[in-house]
Amino acid sequence: MEYLMNTWHWSISGFLIGSIMLCLIYFGKTFGMSSNLRSLCSITGLGKKISFFDWDWKAQTWNLVVVCGAILGGFFTTNFLMNTNNVAINPITIEKLKKLNIDAPNGNLLPTNLFGIESLQTSSGIAFLLIGGILIGFGSRYAGGCTSGHAITGLSNLQIPSLKAVIGFFIGGLIMVHFVFPLIF
Amino acid sequence: MKFLKFLLVGFIFGIVLTKSEAVSWYRIYEMFQFDSFHMYGIIMTAILTGLVGIQYIKKNKVKDFHGNEIRIPDKEKGTFRYWIGGLIFGLGWALVGSCPGPIFILIGAGYVSILLVFLGALLGTFLYGLLEKKLPH
Repeated sequence: MEYLMNTWHWSISGFLIGSIMLCLIYFGKTFGMSSNLRSLCSITGLGKKISFFDWDWKAQTWNLVVVCGAILGGFFTTNFLMNTNNVAINPITIEKLKKLNIDAPNGNLLPTNLFGIESLQTSSGIAFLLIGGILIGFGSRYAGGCTSGHAITGLSNLQIPSLKAVIGFFIGGLIMVHFVFPLIF
Repeated sequence: MKFLKFLLVGFIFGIVLTKSEAVSWYRIYEMFQFDSFHMYGIIMTAILTGLVGIQYIKKNKVKDFHGNEIRIPDKEKGTFRYWIGGLIFGLGWALVGSCPGPIFILIGAGYVSILLVFLGALLGTFLYGLLEKKLPH
């Protein structure tokens, strides 16, 4: 039990994520989380006005069910499988965060001063969350996929477009962390 | 009933991503600081597992669950959309530390603030749909 409560080793986690992708292929589907965002937009009837949302999203219902399962999985894990020694990141990283005035994890998945309920009470907190979301939604649709669709599915199927997208993901991430964070935090 | 297996797959996905801490903003930050092998290990093992599995499927012409031939669609050709779209996605991924899967998982984990990230992601998807024809791909 202790073993389940601690942070799972990267090799086990990676193997399981790869297996989940293969499992969906065996079920005749393709692993990709961001297309659910397109489905959710389409459900509202946007397809009548914008052709991009006029597609067979009903054939993607299975993927929305995966999402429901993922939500339950997140709920189950945080309530029954967490340990105070979790999120043991590198002490050097904690030092870097301190310089940006961002809390150390102390067993939390997200920094309280960025994602705590107080963040919803300041305009900068709201802007941070919304802008992050917009970049993720816009970028993943423009690139035709996110980490699951390009990094995991695409690269394991040796797709050159996915390699371009994943390099793009990393360039964007490095720019954000190394150049934008010192300006905004 | 036919959806039960997908619910289960999603459930396991949620557990694995939370227990591996791939849903953690801290782990994403640590990865982009090159301070830990953890996230790189996860991504590389997942790709390696997938690579071996897909090669096996292709070589042995494995049939899917319904007995149909397995076809994994190739990604559309293109350059600009992948570089620029990828870069924009990466900026958001590092900023709020989550990609689309973790957004849902973290909502389940009870982080109310992630609902705003989710709203933003829907808005971003909508904006892409609106501008799709005008954007270079």
